[in-house]
Amino acid sequence: MWAFIVRRLGGMLVTMFIISTLVFIITNVVPGSPAALILGEDRTPDQVAALNRELGLDRSVPVRYVQWLGDLLTGNFGTSYYNDNSVASVIAGRLEPTLILTVTAAILAVAIGIPLGIVAAVYQGTRLDYAAMVVALIGAALPNFWLGLLLILLFALYWSVFPAAGYVSVFDAPADSWRYLVLPAITLGASHAGVIARMARANLLEVMSADYLRTARSKGVRERQVILGHALRNSMIPTFGVVGVALALMIGGSIVTEAVFAIPGVGRLLIESVLRRDFPMIQGVILLIALLVALVNLAVDIVYAILDPRIRYE
Amino acid sequence: MSETPPNAGTGADDAGGARAATARGIGASWLRKPANAIGFGLFALVVAAGLLAPLIAPYDPGFIAIRDRLEPPSLTGGHLLGTDHLGRDIFSRMLYGARVSVIVGASVVVLSSLIGIAIGLFGGYSRRFGNFLMRIIDGVMAFPEIVFALALIAALGSSLTNVIIALTFVYVPRVARVVHACTLALRNQEFVLAAEALGGGTLRVAVRHILPNTLGPVVVQGTFIFAYAVISEASLTFLGVGLPPGTASWGVILAEGRNYLLDAPWITTFPGLAIFLLVLNLNILGDGLRDLLDPRSRKLL
Repeated sequence: MWAFIVRRLGGMLVTMFIISTLVFIITNVVPGSPAALILGEDRTPDQVAALNRELGLDRSVPVRYVQWLGDLLTGNFGTSYYNDNSVASVIAGRLEPTLILTVTAAILAVAIGIPLGIVAAVYQGTRLDYAAMVVALIGAALPNFWLGLLLILLFALYWSVFPAAGYVSVFDAPADSWRYLVLPAITLGASHAGVIARMARANLLEVMSADYLRTARSKGVRERQVILGHALRNSMIPTFGVVGVALALMIGGSIVTEAVFAIPGVGRLLIESVLRRDFPMIQGVILLIALLVALVNLAVDIVYAILDPRIRYE
Repeated sequence: MSETPPNAGTGADDAGGARAATARGIGASWLRKPANAIGFGLFALVVAAGLLAPLIAPYDPGFIAIRDRLEPPSLTGGHLLGTDHLGRDIFSRMLYGARVSVIVGASVVVLSSLIGIAIGLFGGYSRRFGNFLMRIIDGVMAFPEIVFALALIAALGSSLTNVIIALTFVYVPRVARVVHACTLALRNQEFVLAAEALGGGTLRVAVRHILPNTLGPVVVQGTFIFAYAVISEASLTFLGVGLPPGTASWGVILAEGRNYLLDAPWITTFPGLAIFLLVLNLNILGDGLRDLLDPRSRKLL
C-alpha cells in the first residue's frame, strides 16, 4: 500500500511540474510585454525598459524559468503586478469561499446524482428510468451561468427566498451563511449531479449482469438483498472515481459560479487578474487550482486502492 | 475494431460502391431512431440559422433604437423575441449568435481533431514520445479546461481567433488520447501486420490503415467537443474575457442582459435556452453516434 502511495505521489509531482511549465510558457511567451500593458497607451520606451527591469523581465526566458521554479520550491509565489501584495497572501485570503462552495456543491451533486442513478438502474427500462435519465441529461447540458441567472431571477428577485449574490463566511455568521450558499451550490452542482447519475446507473447495470449476482439470485437471495448487498457496493467503486473527477472539475466550474453570484473567491481573483494582465497572480491561482486538483486525484486514487486491492498492483 | 467501418471505405472499386450502399442503409436506420433524428435535425437547424442569419434576420444585429428599448417578446410587435437595453432586436442577434457558436464549435472541432490525430498517431508509433505525451495529456486533462483557456486568453488577448486558439489547445488532448489508444490497439491487429508484412511503409500503414479506423471515435469526440466549445466560449464571454462586447454572440447577449434580469428577463432567457438546447442536442447526438461508430468505448467513457 505504501509503495502504491509513493508511486502516485511521484506521478503527482511530475504532473505538477508539467503544469507549472505549461503555465510558465503560456504566461511568458506572450506577444507584447506585460510592462507595456501595465503602463497603458501613453508610455515611453524608457518607462517600459525601467519597469521591465523592475519586474525582472529583462532577463532571458530560460533564466526566468529557472528562477521562477526555484522560487516556487521555496514557497515564493511572487508579488502582484497590480499592487505590490504577495501572491500567496492574496490567494490565501480568497481560498475559503471557493473551498466551501466547491465542497457543498459536491455533496449536493452526490446526494442527488447517486440515488437518481440507482433508481434508474433498478427500474431499468421503465418510465422511472426514462424520467431519471432525462433529468440527468438536462442537468448535464445546463450552462451553469445561465442556471445561476435563472435561480437568481426566481428565488431571489421574484420570491426573495435567498439572497441574489454575495458571500458570508461560516465563521462570521454561522446562522446566515448557508442562505448565501444554496443557489451557488445548486448552480455548480447541477451538471455534475447529471453526470454522476448517468455513471452510477451505467456502473450498477454493468455489475447487475455479473455471474456472482446470477449465483446469488439462483441461491434464492431476494432481489432487494442482491442489489443492496452485492451489486451496489461493487458498482460504487467506479462511481467513486467519477465523483473525484467531478470534484476536480467543480474547482474550475466555481470560477463561473463565483462570477454569477459575486462571491469573492479564488475564481473571481483569477478573472480580475486576467483582466488586469496580472501574470504573477494568474500563475499563482492556476498553480493553486492545479494543486487542489492533483490532491483530489491523489485522494481518489488512495481511497480507490483501499476499496479495491486489485488496483494497487497494476 | 478489426473490420473497416463502412464509412472508411476508399470507394474506388466495386466493393466501395457496395459499402457506400450499406453505409446509406445504416445511416437511414440510425436516423429512424427518434432521438438521433431530432438530434441531427436540431443541429442542422442551428447550423442553417447561423449560415443564413443575414438573410433571415429582420434587423441588423447591431442596429440601435433606443426608443424601442426593453420591449418584451411579441408575435405582432415587430420584435419576435423582444429587444435589449439598446433597443436591438434579440431575434436577429440570436441568429448571428448562432453563427458565432457554429464558427467557434466547428473551428475548434476541426483544428483540435487535425492536431489531435497527428499527435495521437505519432504517439502510438513512438513508444518513448508516446509515454511522454500521455503524461502531458493526462496532466492537462485532469485540469479544469476553462482555467487553461483563461491563462491563454490572458496572454493572447480577447478576440474570436484567440478564443478558438485557446479552446483548440484545451481540447486537443481529448482527441489525441482517443487516437493514441486506438493506434496502440490497432497496431497489433492482423490487417495492420499484414500491410506491414507486404512492405507498406510506416507512414503509409498509419495513414491508410490505422487512421481510417480511428475516425469513428474521433467523430464521436468531435460531437462532444463541439458542445464543450459552445459552452466554454459562452462562459469566457460571460466572464468578460471571451468575445468583445460589441459582438452578437449568445454569451455577450447573456452578459449584457444580466443587468436587466428583473426588468427584461427575456434577454437572458433566449440565449441561455439556445445554448442549453444546442448542448443537450449535441450530447444526445454524440451518444447516438457512439452507439453507431464506436460501440466498444461505451463502457470506457
